[in-house]
Amino acid sequence: MRTVPTPVPIDLPFTKRTLANGLDVIVHEDRHVPIVAVNVWYHVGSKNERPGRTGFAHLFEHLMFEGSEHYNAGYFPPLQQAGALLNGSTNSDRTNYWEVVPTSAIDRALWMESDRMGFLLPALTRERFETQRDVVLNERRQSYENRPYGMVMMALSAALYPPDHPYSWMTIGSADDIRAMQLEDVQEFFRTYYHPANASLVLAGDIDTERAFELAQAYFGEIPGGVRPQPVSNGAVLLSEQRLLLEDRVELPRLYLAWHSPAMFAADDAEMDLVGDLLANGKTSRLYKTLVYDLRIALDVSAYQSSREIGSFFLLVATAAPGHTLTEIQTRVDDEMRRVKDSGPSVEEMERSMAQAEAHFMYRLQTVGGFGGKSDQLNAYNVMKGDPGFFAADLSRYRNATRDSLQAAAQAYLPLDRRVVLSVIPRGQHALAIDGSTAVSVS
Amino acid sequence: MTRIDRSRLPDVGADPRFVFPAIRRHTLANGLRICTVEHHNVPVITFNMQVAGGSGADPEGLEGLAALTADMADEGTGALSALDVSDALSRIGADYDVDVGGDATDFSLTTLTRFASRGASLLADMVTRPRLPENEFLRVRQMRLDRLRQLKDLPSAVAEQTFLRLMYGNHPYAHLAIGNDAALRRVTLNEVVSFHAGAFQPSRSMLIVCGAMTHDEMLQLAEGTFGGWSVVGGSVNGERVASEIEPLVGPATRLAVVQRESAAQSELRIGHLSTRRVTPDYPALLVMNAVLGGQFVSRVNLKLREEKAYTYGARTSFDWRRGISPFVLQTSVHTVSTADAIADSLAEIASVRGSRPPTDDEMSLAKASLTRGYPRGFETAQQVARSVSALSLYGLPDTYFEEFVPKVNAVTSADVVDAAARHLDPAKLTTLVVGDYSAIAESLRGLNLGEPQLHAAGF
Repeated sequence: MRTVPTPVPIDLPFTKRTLANGLDVIVHEDRHVPIVAVNVWYHVGSKNERPGRTGFAHLFEHLMFEGSEHYNAGYFPPLQQAGALLNGSTNSDRTNYWEVVPTSAIDRALWMESDRMGFLLPALTRERFETQRDVVLNERRQSYENRPYGMVMMALSAALYPPDHPYSWMTIGSADDIRAMQLEDVQEFFRTYYHPANASLVLAGDIDTERAFELAQAYFGEIPGGVRPQPVSNGAVLLSEQRLLLEDRVELPRLYLAWHSPAMFAADDAEMDLVGDLLANGKTSRLYKTLVYDLRIALDVSAYQSSREIGSFFLLVATAAPGHTLTEIQTRVDDEMRRVKDSGPSVEEMERSMAQAEAHFMYRLQTVGGFGGKSDQLNAYNVMKGDPGFFAADLSRYRNATRDSLQAAAQAYLPLDRRVVLSVIPRGQHALAIDGSTAVSVS
Repeated sequence: MTRIDRSRLPDVGADPRFVFPAIRRHTLANGLRICTVEHHNVPVITFNMQVAGGSGADPEGLEGLAALTADMADEGTGALSALDVSDALSRIGADYDVDVGGDATDFSLTTLTRFASRGASLLADMVTRPRLPENEFLRVRQMRLDRLRQLKDLPSAVAEQTFLRLMYGNHPYAHLAIGNDAALRRVTLNEVVSFHAGAFQPSRSMLIVCGAMTHDEMLQLAEGTFGGWSVVGGSVNGERVASEIEPLVGPATRLAVVQRESAAQSELRIGHLSTRRVTPDYPALLVMNAVLGGQFVSRVNLKLREEKAYTYGARTSFDWRRGISPFVLQTSVHTVSTADAIADSLAEIASVRGSRPPTDDEMSLAKASLTRGYPRGFETAQQVARSVSALSLYGLPDTYFEEFVPKVNAVTSADVVDAAARHLDPAKLTTLVVGDYSAIAESLRGLNLGEPQLHAAGF
């Protein structure tokens, strides 16, 4: 007979130092596989753009893969030659870049990553810029314009935030803005946001901590630090319910309900995440059970807290089953929202949530690199919280949530009379939208 | 601190040593094969049950039966209702997933090692003793029918479905796992029950256990949980073993179009049936594909994206199965660039086996990226379980992982040219476009692929 082991502590140990130029360097050792993850976050995203220039941060990310002064033939070839996997992404709040390389290629990865941090502009030509501008327009067509329900988040962002709020546009940007971008805009953007003082570097994996700091100093230490940009702040409130409709090339109508909610890591952010699970994660969740399983008036339902730096939103989405209406769905959703606010989650529901949170934090410790790997998490905590060690505290936020705290969060942040109610309907079928909806268009 | 020399790139050192996971095999008295793999990273364990009979086993006219049957596993078992199963899975934080492939279905459950025993018994209950109740069957079938209806609006799904039909004709590989509307409406609960009874047998299955426990502990757990799975005998009514049926390949359709009015892009698939996953040419084909379109720095992606900006990305691959598998180039291109992108794609495919064999630099890049990055795929218990599952599916030896790097490194440019000559034929390529035909019809004529065959976006 084997004995049942006691739960292993869930932790993500690290060492952090800041170079003289302001670059944060964080190291985490994990020797299971002979690979090292290199992960760089720049604290810039589409929230740093301004109206008329939307989509710029993301286009810039593409340019970071086109080569830099001392290796001017594309970013991918020397790293692929080294067996690396690499990628990058941009969202509203930050831009990240990563490589996962065999231990034998760590020098090459750091050489490349530091060269584009320090020496990008000399390699940037008008031709490369214009090509990537067209690639991004194609990314927009593929991921948004040519996809069912693909334009919804643009309509929702514009409804949730006033036009001067940086969350009122999507990271991909408007097609007109992308077309209007000029090479000259790139220079200023790079100088403002792409320097050591606005960046954070994590090395995680098969590497000795002291050696990692030596390498970081050697490759990045010579790059001049810049001025850390001022944080962006902007508030937004909804004073009433806004009912909107959007036509799309879809078979079935879909309902989107959206609210403002606490910013990432603010009080009640974790609670709202758990409220999302309570409502729509798994067959036993409130709305899945009611709408999809019992009544079968919806094909699917999801609810989640989209945590962001200067303010989050909570989104609930349900697709109508054939023969059923968005009004039926909304009525049931609102009933369930009232029940959650009246009596909170049950003991059983909290037990399920805690078990899942616990397991998912453990699963997050399985990979060193890539999107969501340990290196990416350390950078997320460092950039957004100023503390790479926030992993354990993050788990505590979930462990400390209670029936009462979930109920209180739902009461505070999910008012039925202050939200966006967006009906997405098949083209020409306005009668399928929630009554009183105003048509919006996005392009 | 010495200053970094930016005049030259640092060399890559010798490949680090990596010990691939050791697989221990056993066969239980009921015929169930067990593989255990120790993976001591985090206290997590993955169970992967592979059952022979994927979507390629669907009887004719009942396309979608295998996937529907697999979907019913978590809809109630023993004393547990569908909701109870969901509750039980969430109480151990389980990550449960079903993958219905062309040849087999994989049920995978990952949980914390302290819940290993509960996880194993839940998986056993779901896979070997599902209740298969009528009311849940009707609900699940209806959800799948509704899902099919939604897929009509998704260009990539329309392309997948139509391309398989163009490749395989009436062959059992010719459909997506979800099947089609007419067949799903025809499926009754009886057929699900009998498919389950026929296909879900220990002698047709393989359980892979991979996690932070010892081989002995994992075997003991597997035996205790699955040892009682009884042998019923019998087989699936009308089951087709897709891998053993030769596709009837007539003259290739050169060009096919599915109309999508005012589409912003054209979704493209260009390919033909090629060869089986288990071929001595596999390493050479891997290298060839890497050069042609299997990675970012490859001819197709560099041409269509980095040079021409027709697309966000383009790639080539083999959609591997036990039986004859397609080679395919896939991309989504701006509508106005459709014909140009097709012409460039066809030219790249033709030249890799003809006028422009891989250069030394391309060979070196392709092989290095395939081999140096190989250990990365063994980081999590789920990854390892999936890799071991593939060995089982294709009947590959347990030494496969260790032999991978030397075999790929041994591939020469001549091997690639030979393999391409055997398994890639520009004259047999079918080009499928899901896009705005009225906007591109004229330019397509310039490709000299003949009149396009028009297909509906039906499922």
